[in-house]
Amino acid sequence: MDLDESAEQQDFRAQARRWLRANVPAEPPASLETEKGFAEHRAWEARLHADRWSVVSWPEEYGGRGVDLVKWLIFEEEYYAAGAPGRVAQNGIGLLAPTLFEHGSAEQRARVLPPMASGEVVWAQAWSEPEAGSDLAALTSRAVRTDGGWLLSGQKTWSSRAAFADRAFGLFRSESGTPKRHQGLTYVMFDLRAPGVTVRPIGRLDGKPAFAELFLDGVFVPDEDVIGEPGRGWRIAMSTAANERGLTLRSPGRFLAAADRLHRLWRERGEPRSARDRVADALVGARAYQLFTYAAAARFLAGEPLSAESSLNKVFWSEYDIALHETALDLLGAEGECADTEWAEPYVFSLAGPIYAGTNEIQRDLVAEHLLGLPKGRR
Amino acid sequence: MRFLPDAEQRAFAASLDAMLGSADTPSVVRAWGRGEHTAGRALWSRLAEAGVFALAVPEAYDGVGPRPVELALAFVELGRHAVPGPLAETVAAAVLLSGSDGLAARFLPSLAAGRTMATVAPEGAFALDGDAAEIRLGLASDGLRLSPGHGPARPSLDPSRRLTRLLPGGELLSPDPPAGLALTWARLATAAQALGVGLALLDRTVAHVGRRTQFGVPVGSFQAVKHRLADARIALEFARPLVLGAALTMRPDDVAAAKLTACEAAYATARTALQLHGAIGYTAEYDLSLWLTRARALRGVWGSPDDCRTAVIDARARPRG
Repeated sequence: MDLDESAEQQDFRAQARRWLRANVPAEPPASLETEKGFAEHRAWEARLHADRWSVVSWPEEYGGRGVDLVKWLIFEEEYYAAGAPGRVAQNGIGLLAPTLFEHGSAEQRARVLPPMASGEVVWAQAWSEPEAGSDLAALTSRAVRTDGGWLLSGQKTWSSRAAFADRAFGLFRSESGTPKRHQGLTYVMFDLRAPGVTVRPIGRLDGKPAFAELFLDGVFVPDEDVIGEPGRGWRIAMSTAANERGLTLRSPGRFLAAADRLHRLWRERGEPRSARDRVADALVGARAYQLFTYAAAARFLAGEPLSAESSLNKVFWSEYDIALHETALDLLGAEGECADTEWAEPYVFSLAGPIYAGTNEIQRDLVAEHLLGLPKGRR
Repeated sequence: MRFLPDAEQRAFAASLDAMLGSADTPSVVRAWGRGEHTAGRALWSRLAEAGVFALAVPEAYDGVGPRPVELALAFVELGRHAVPGPLAETVAAAVLLSGSDGLAARFLPSLAAGRTMATVAPEGAFALDGDAAEIRLGLASDGLRLSPGHGPARPSLDPSRRLTRLLPGGELLSPDPPAGLALTWARLATAAQALGVGLALLDRTVAHVGRRTQFGVPVGSFQAVKHRLADARIALEFARPLVLGAALTMRPDDVAAAKLTACEAAYATARTALQLHGAIGYTAEYDLSLWLTRARALRGVWGSPDDCRTAVIDARARPRG
């Protein structure tokens, strides 16, 4: 067992650091939850892609570098340490791409992945519905068979990035009267600008349109945009959900960088004793998360599947994220109320962590039932 | 980079687990707390045969060390089985005595073999189990001293721990012992032990709430119960990599982070275990108490939470090496 980086890993780290130092914009782009910021972030994705840094873990044929999980973690550490912008393409890269690698066809991968890697096509997720949140299998939006494809109808909500994104992916009910609710679901990709799609942006707590409602009225989806077998979408979606809660959405690099920034802020503010313990805990938590992730990566590379541990992970990072940002706002004092500090937006973002990607209550149930073996009960 | 115990390390931990699992440690702990050391000494010898005390002793003096990773894995098992005695103290003593060839040759072979146990205390602090240890080391202002004896044993909140003051004076062993390094090793051992204590508390509580029924169903089917146990599992799962990572780097701030996190996780798990066992968990006769009180005691020794946070934050004030 070791934590030593090989010469090759060190070299990769140095290469990433050099590139980021030379390319990260000195002036951070506007919020990616605004139209202007979205466009700026899309341009940044293109910049990353031009030198093959946008999807380092993908095979080279799709614009990646084919590096393993450890090198991906190294890249992410360097990325956030360099203060590089948040990734507008993350829903596609983190959620849809792993699904396509596992369940998609070669044609789909060749068609969908390159423009995703370049930021040319930005993807939104379309999971939740008004009556299907944590109980995702309760969804009622339908996919009805038609010539050469399917017609989508219904309503999706809390669709992150959909206000400005190009395409979306989600689950639709393609059979009725199945014995179990999670049967008869089909996983499809669709165009947010197709006829029959209405996108209504929803402002989150700070008013920015970080998500949207989607109204679908007979939206045509060709057969080639169905992922996997029709009716088998649940199993496919679950492998995607584990990705969302697990490694890909929240790499440790982000928290290591945030904890460093918090420590700097604490020093700049005269090291107040009242916040010292919380700053120390933020430093410790980032290290714990980093090492936990290294261990998970080692298990993954040794061929062990990662499953219920993504639930451990999700509760940890989401609560950690809030605690860290609350500490920063407290350190800022009166300025902590201002919406234009560098801490405000990440704070608002952190508040959603325990709610999305399966609420923390659901994750705790999964930990209790799947890892501890406790009996199922009423929710 | 491969941050996973290898097959040999896992087998070592599993063999200790199996040995301790058949050793009836609860009765050994209870006897130890009454000052009856025979069963505890016998268990100590078996741990020595398995190589536990050789891990902090250099090869030149009959040890196999320094092997902090194996030591951490072993101490997780010692904590899981609530093994009593001056465990972290014997590790700290081995490190202190490795500082000079003369001292090492004189003391270490018998420590590694489990023939002697040691305790250590900085001036003014309690030395754990001074009545059981043959080697009582005092860290005085003028250096490391071999204490001539100990005062009366004071009871601990953990009935298996006997707190003693060392008598001042005695032979000056070294004017300049490696006290910082010894503290790092003792802290690591304590962190690993605490992790093991927390894991045992969680396992026993999960088993209990699966068996215990109220309102006609297992208590463990209630969401409020599940969520407390899920939180305990999450806290312990994130303490484990800190403990193993600290054993790999042996950086004082990493070890402090591990001690802080493992002890907080174990203590929170103890509170959860007590709550979910109800009144039976509040009794001395039920074995759960052995781990409950240990979690409290380990939290305060070899670096309080505040000491550990200080070590973490002070390390950040200097450039990271």
